[in-house]
Amino acid sequence: MDRKIKVVIAKLGLDIHWRGVYLVAQYLKEAGMDVVYLGNKFPAEIVEAAIEEDADVVGLSSLCGNHLALGPMVVDMLKEKGLNNVKVFLGGVIPLDHAKRLEGIYGIHRVYLPETPMQTIVDEISESVRDAA
Amino acid sequence: MQSIDQLIEGSLKGEKLSTSRLISLVERGNKHAPYVLEKIFPHSGEAYYIGVTGPPGAGKSTAVDRLIARLCKNNFSVGVIAVDPSSPFTGGALLGDRVRMHVKHDKMDVFIRSMGSDRVMGGLSRTTKEASRILDASGKQVIIVETVGVGQSELDIAEATDTVIVILTPESGDSIQIMKAGLMEIADIFVVNKADRPGAKDISLSIQGMLDRSLRKRDWTPPIFLTTASLNKGIDELYEGIWSHSRYLQQDSMLEKRRRTQFKLELRNRIESEFSHILWQDIIEEKNIDNLVQEIWARKIDPQNAARRIMGELIEELPGWLQRGG
Repeated sequence: MDRKIKVVIAKLGLDIHWRGVYLVAQYLKEAGMDVVYLGNKFPAEIVEAAIEEDADVVGLSSLCGNHLALGPMVVDMLKEKGLNNVKVFLGGVIPLDHAKRLEGIYGIHRVYLPETPMQTIVDEISESVRDAA
Repeated sequence: MQSIDQLIEGSLKGEKLSTSRLISLVERGNKHAPYVLEKIFPHSGEAYYIGVTGPPGAGKSTAVDRLIARLCKNNFSVGVIAVDPSSPFTGGALLGDRVRMHVKHDKMDVFIRSMGSDRVMGGLSRTTKEASRILDASGKQVIIVETVGVGQSELDIAEATDTVIVILTPESGDSIQIMKAGLMEIADIFVVNKADRPGAKDISLSIQGMLDRSLRKRDWTPPIFLTTASLNKGIDELYEGIWSHSRYLQQDSMLEKRRRTQFKLELRNRIESEFSHILWQDIIEEKNIDNLVQEIWARKIDPQNAARRIMGELIEELPGWLQRGG
């Protein structure tokens, strides 16, 4: 993988929790990626940004319980717009059974629960982009 | 995967996804990049280019956001290239300009692209000009280029745009800072943003004084606008200011002269970078450099004369190089 990975990362909807998403954004930057941080955005805006930025990966942060409502919307809208290769990662406070459903029928590539090591996130994002190439 | 020609055709018709892919190809120095530029370039040149620069945290992105809205209100389509710094150590970048931007894509014709500066020191990235031309060719009528947060001497923006806006704040320094060369000399328009804070009047007076004392012959005196971009104050005046500078450039084909000068500079820079690429890839051998460093370290020769010696040897060898095709 010689080219830089581009990640679009956002706080999902009106979620105000910021520390997690800042940490992840910073780690990805340290890992040599271009990280476009959007702040708070709804699915339509996130997908629009993914198009304009030609993102490899979309990262969503959700700690306020909106993951089932808005997370799958992002996946669906990406497909609708023809961005079939863009992988969606979601992190936050997610009940285990929700996480399974998100990774299963809802098509989120990976769901990260609290205490996931940062290196895991970096490695799995890199891997997913390498596989798509 | 679409073919390059399909992407080019799509982009010229204004398809976002194709445009976005093309920018990536060029930004990454893909092997198709020269072909893309060759096809796109004849379709560019219609748009008006606005540059926005200033120190970090001055409110460049917020001002750009408000300008986008103002331009769209008058039915302009807008392309934005927002550059943020890349790490010189990891190459990574945190591109945060979109945080300040709240475009309603269903109502506005806008394309925003973030770019890492990629170890270039002039405030733009290596391919910012190319990316803005792709947006231009895709039909955007106004292109806004936002630089990284700059200090005093990152002036590339002046070679890439028609109207340069330098955004400062009341905290940007005293009269001495304002008098310094560099950034303050490339402005076509000054903005003192965050003008609701104390000191806005003082700094605008300092700028005015600096301009009054300038001996540079100019027909255009940069206006100074006080704005509070976050509250959308002063944006209408700034908007009008941009177009009055644009109208000024229409006289005596000044816009044409400005752009011709820019092409000349760009061409020179490209020749230099092509040349230095060849120089370091194919001509100068690392071990020769290391040997010279050894001599420099032993104080047998200074770096300037060492470079002259190498260049002298090269020039003797150059005809041979050219005959062999580099």
